[in-house]
Amino acid sequence: MSGGVDSAVAAARAVEAGHDVVGVHLALSRAGGTLRTGSRGCCTVEDAMDARRVADKIGIPFYVWDFSERFRDDVIDDFIAEYRAGRTPNPCMRCNEKIKFQALLERAIELGFDAICTGHYATLVEGDGGLELHRSSEEAKDQSYVLGVLTAEQLRHTMFPLGETPSKAIVRAEAAERGFSVAKKPDSYDICFIPDGDTRGYLAEKVGADTGDIVDRSGEVIGSHEGAHAFTVGQRKGLSIGRPAPDGKPRFVLEIRPVSNEVVVGPKEALAVAEISGARYSWAGAAPTRDEFACEVQIRAHADPVPAVAAVTDDALVITPDEPLDGVATGQTAVVYVGTRVLGQCTIDRTVSAVPAST
Amino acid sequence: MIYLDHAATTPLRDEVRDAWLEAQGVVGNASSVHGAGQRARRALEEARESFATTVRAEPIEVVFTSGGTESIGLALQGLWRRRAEGRDLIVLPDGEHHATLDTVSWLERNAGARIAPVGLDAVGRIREDAFDAALTGAALATALVAGNETGTVNDAAVLAHAAAREGVALHLDAVAALGRTHVDFAAWRGDAPAGCGLVAMSASGHKIGAPVGTGALVVSRTARVEALLHGGGQQRGIRAGTQDVAGAVALARAAELAERERAAESARLEELRARLVAALARRLPSAVVLGDPDRHLPSTVHVLLPGADGESVLFLLDQRGISVSTGSACQAGVAEPSHVVMALGYSAAEARQVVRISMGRDTTAADVVAVENALVDAYERLRG
Repeated sequence: MSGGVDSAVAAARAVEAGHDVVGVHLALSRAGGTLRTGSRGCCTVEDAMDARRVADKIGIPFYVWDFSERFRDDVIDDFIAEYRAGRTPNPCMRCNEKIKFQALLERAIELGFDAICTGHYATLVEGDGGLELHRSSEEAKDQSYVLGVLTAEQLRHTMFPLGETPSKAIVRAEAAERGFSVAKKPDSYDICFIPDGDTRGYLAEKVGADTGDIVDRSGEVIGSHEGAHAFTVGQRKGLSIGRPAPDGKPRFVLEIRPVSNEVVVGPKEALAVAEISGARYSWAGAAPTRDEFACEVQIRAHADPVPAVAAVTDDALVITPDEPLDGVATGQTAVVYVGTRVLGQCTIDRTVSAVPAST
Repeated sequence: MIYLDHAATTPLRDEVRDAWLEAQGVVGNASSVHGAGQRARRALEEARESFATTVRAEPIEVVFTSGGTESIGLALQGLWRRRAEGRDLIVLPDGEHHATLDTVSWLERNAGARIAPVGLDAVGRIREDAFDAALTGAALATALVAGNETGTVNDAAVLAHAAAREGVALHLDAVAALGRTHVDFAAWRGDAPAGCGLVAMSASGHKIGAPVGTGALVVSRTARVEALLHGGGQQRGIRAGTQDVAGAVALARAAELAERERAAESARLEELRARLVAALARRLPSAVVLGDPDRHLPSTVHVLLPGADGESVLFLLDQRGISVSTGSACQAGVAEPSHVVMALGYSAAEARQVVRISMGRDTTAADVVAVENALVDAYERLRG
């Protein structure tokens, strides 16, 4: 129970479904703020209080459990390390993978619980091969992407009561009807451990901001930057290049090279990626029976899924989109869908350009 | 429900509630001149005399407050503001309650105070030689009479004597001690010169069966304590505000009863404690009972359970209807590992593996057996 409206309604529905429910607020931040400031950030004392009041209203016990150390190690430190290595991490995936559905789940099972229930918009379906993770009814709020890292074992111990609710508005209305003070509380967005939303400033502080070169694909230095981590593949803004490109077209970030502290830029066409792959992959349920199969791939929480072919090789999950993808950064997660079903995911560690480098 | 967190708070005693309600029926502001005021004033001053008798102070030395936190804040800030010229050092033992730590920390950050820390020994006693050494040139010193987490009882007489010898004003935190161990303001103060030695002592009502919102600060006649709140000049100008007559009556009654029963109750609790400690030694040999085995509050069993997360133990016991504490304060929503346990020399990780059981007047032998069994079950479950 984060103190948000989704987990509040999820908890209430779990109780109504007849389950024996205990509300837990995860304390993830060591330097927790007291009051919520806007929609950013999470886990302030006020959030914990909001969650507690909902638990009171529902009539369930409520605890605040401290996972701040593991969160720091598995999510925050990983976030910083990934940026340092020139990749673009997704801390929400790591949090689901390591904290919510691992550390928390482990503790819950240890204490005698059977499942974790959250307010995520996703559904669980009993399929022929076992439990399956599917998108939620509401496309706009679908959060199956961030749950793509869950394994079959984890899914067996999860409940998503909001998955089949057609809209967020309905959830809010239900919260209001139930007398929850959080019915109108804005959703939190951005990164929960960067409450002021200034990711760039945060990274400058943690990773350091060293001046370096902006180069084109031939290696020619065409500008300078004040910290490579401020850029991500596909980015167009924030490039301080003195002169326009020879072809007059806008330049985009193609690659970040942390060792040489260079940012490589080029035309939009150069962003096109023909193939993505990742050595770290998992299946959200039973593994596919074939080594190669048609699917859809989604590379960001709010990106559209695109048709692709996925292949399981000896050491990686290789995904070839039917049409080249733009702006794929290593470190991102590629979630593989078959219809509404989440098949699995991989952390992208390699991309193959659709355009030869000589142009 | 088996409530074993009496150190956090304890039920309002029947006689105290009755006295409180009766006092509520007397309408009048104790500062008013007329008959109604005089009647309220009389109840108040009788309470003051009673409480003074219990703690062995003079009635004029008793200042009623809203509780332990206010008393401690008033004492430390008040003594600081009227400290001797040129002195800026505060002697602060490790492991003090947060009301003390946070107040001193505030003074350090905002008022130019410097801190002279004093370590605890492995059983939680203030190191007396270190305390002595730290007093040189200090503005003021503070110390727990008895620890609220470990239950260890310090030698207040020795600490007060040392402060007097060094010409330093001493505040004693008797919040956990009152009603559970010997408290004697006059003896500890002795014949220390004006403004030094024991000059202030804090007490809290809800720890001894009075309502939350009652407490006292015993302030010696010659002590110089600046008020926190102004307006009305009540209580020697040290603590302004319409006096809580009913609260004072309740506090005094609770203190009187606690002190009267202390010998018998201590013996009873000590026996229960010994049984629990022995049972844990037998069934959970790796568990470590913290605190001083010889000088401790009879009500407290503070135990380190290696490898078992304190939050988890608390949860499992709570599920069985047994209320205990991990002894750690909740700071900004994240439970901090007990600074007291760390002051004993344990790591932060170990400090998270501690559970505090504190017994009270209603604790029975059956309760002790129940918590013993629950701890063993919890430990077995968590250690796999």
